[in-house]
Amino acid sequence: LSRIGDELYLEPTESGLSLRAVNSSRSGFASFLFAPLFFQLYEPGSAGPETELFRCKVHMKSFLGIFRSLPSLEKSVGKCLILLKPRASRLVLQLHCKYGVTKTHNLAFQECERLQAVFDTQSCASHLCAPARLLADAVVHFPPMLAEVTLGTGPGGKISLRNYVEDEAEPSKTMVTELWLAEDEFQSVAVTPGSHITFCLKEFRGLLSFAEASNLPLTIHFDEPGRPMIFTLDDTVLEVHLVLATLSDLQSNSQSPSTNGVSHLPAPSDDFADDLESYMVAMETGEGDSERAPSPTFPLHTPWPAQREPEEEKEEEGAVPGTPPHKKFRSLFFGSVMTPGRPGVATTQEVLAEDSEGES
Amino acid sequence: MPFSAPPPASGERYALSASLDNARHLSSLLRAVHFQDHATCLATASGLRVTVEDAKCIQANAFIQAEIFQEFSVQEESVMFRISLSVLLDCLTIFGTSSLPGTSTALRMCYHGYGYPLMLFLEEGGVVTVCKINTQEPDELLDFDFCSTKVVNKIILQSEGLREAFAELDMTSEVLQITMSPDKPYFRLSTFGNAGSAHLDYPRDSDLMEAFHCSQTQTNRYKISLLKPSTKALALSCKVSIRTDAQGFLSLQYMIRNEDGQICFVEYYCCPDENITEAEL
Repeated sequence: LSRIGDELYLEPTESGLSLRAVNSSRSGFASFLFAPLFFQLYEPGSAGPETELFRCKVHMKSFLGIFRSLPSLEKSVGKCLILLKPRASRLVLQLHCKYGVTKTHNLAFQECERLQAVFDTQSCASHLCAPARLLADAVVHFPPMLAEVTLGTGPGGKISLRNYVEDEAEPSKTMVTELWLAEDEFQSVAVTPGSHITFCLKEFRGLLSFAEASNLPLTIHFDEPGRPMIFTLDDTVLEVHLVLATLSDLQSNSQSPSTNGVSHLPAPSDDFADDLESYMVAMETGEGDSERAPSPTFPLHTPWPAQREPEEEKEEEGAVPGTPPHKKFRSLFFGSVMTPGRPGVATTQEVLAEDSEGES
Repeated sequence: MPFSAPPPASGERYALSASLDNARHLSSLLRAVHFQDHATCLATASGLRVTVEDAKCIQANAFIQAEIFQEFSVQEESVMFRISLSVLLDCLTIFGTSSLPGTSTALRMCYHGYGYPLMLFLEEGGVVTVCKINTQEPDELLDFDFCSTKVVNKIILQSEGLREAFAELDMTSEVLQITMSPDKPYFRLSTFGNAGSAHLDYPRDSDLMEAFHCSQTQTNRYKISLLKPSTKALALSCKVSIRTDAQGFLSLQYMIRNEDGQICFVEYYCCPDENITEAEL
């Protein structure tokens, strides 16, 4: 979660404790839901008819600082108790260690609105399920600082991963890496052939390491470019979702929606070496064709329910400098919690309008 | 292997002369008090004491008894000088700081007296290095007037239990608060940092607790920046005794066992912080 955002949202629910984070440009959201069975004891408190279960957010660094050294934690800590004390304004984390030693941390928290990205895995056209190991081995070929990667589906059920190259990049100075995975390497493949989707690799890597460590298969749901991509991990006591905004097709922004902007590159046949040459040629000419569409820019204040705390605004302003890699990604739609009596969110809060930049 | 130093030209004996087979016995202890550049050395018949002070609030002493040395002689009742501890440590570790099994640096230390430099002869593997370090007028040292009769609370803990705690102290907190009490929480270390407060509680019946003599509940705060260097001494030690007196002065005594199993001591004295800032408990 710390790879996504600087703040950790804690939301106890009847179905478990949910930990969430969102990135500064609102183009990435992750949630970890720990079922009550995960804990030795789980008491979410009681929600009355007028009140909701209490939720809060804390600074990610402060929270992580308590669990600094994992190896020593494993050796010395027996139990961890987490208490939310609204009246004392403190989130209490108490570690019961060996030798009877108790470490108590009282973290200051901020109240917050419910953080929930709106997404629906059922409505996605394509689904893939793979062991985390497969994807980890695949992404290792890409440079660690790479921002965006494109996942594509080719003929014969092959799945491709290619680093996304910006149009303004000079072809002679960029390195393109592409790899193809066969359908049988996946646990399940249900995709629309000839589709592709571009997402932020950096934010995905965090979830990937977690999936690898916990040995859980990763499911990927995606749809058309521009619609959110959802990664899920499922376990008996844990449900993880990572929702990332995706790059929409450049052509379709400025031209008619029916135009398919990005040229599809031929999947390499089994005579790979021969095809490589023509493949590279096709790529170069293909890239040259697409017109550079204006990139959507984010307003400083993401549309958000009016009840938002003043602290959220400060966070937005401070966040802008950190967003360059995501400039082209649209913000995810974050729904508000529709509690009775509160004004609803305007439905025009759909994806953001794009600015046209006077670009050369 | 010890070797004899040339006698002083005038034929007089050295004010201080000492030989040590393994310079690490000295250097590791000195490192545990190395939080300031300068130190005051006091040599008496019982051994060598190296004192470092800061801010007129904290004093650390490293004691190396005469018995640790292969040869230790002090001509007058006591010999005292001020010296750059950084330079002294650099010289003592001139052959490197990594300890290969079987090899050690032999040391011979000679001090002619007031106004003379401290001479070090270091040998390892047949290579000899001679160092002359200038000495200065010793400073007036703080006297915390801390004696066992005035101790209000005393705890002896196995260092293992505290090492991690000190290494992970929240340095965004200005103070380290120490609570000692015959009742709960018995022994508590607290910090008040940017993220919030943190408390580390050690129960009196913990396996780590070697001795627990608390007669009164006391809570004192000390500047964390001053106490943080004591982590080095803690890392070397096997046991630590924590004592406070009626004024809240803190005494930390670390029992250190060197490579040859000999016991040495390092102690830290600290004044309580007078600028008490608002913080929740």
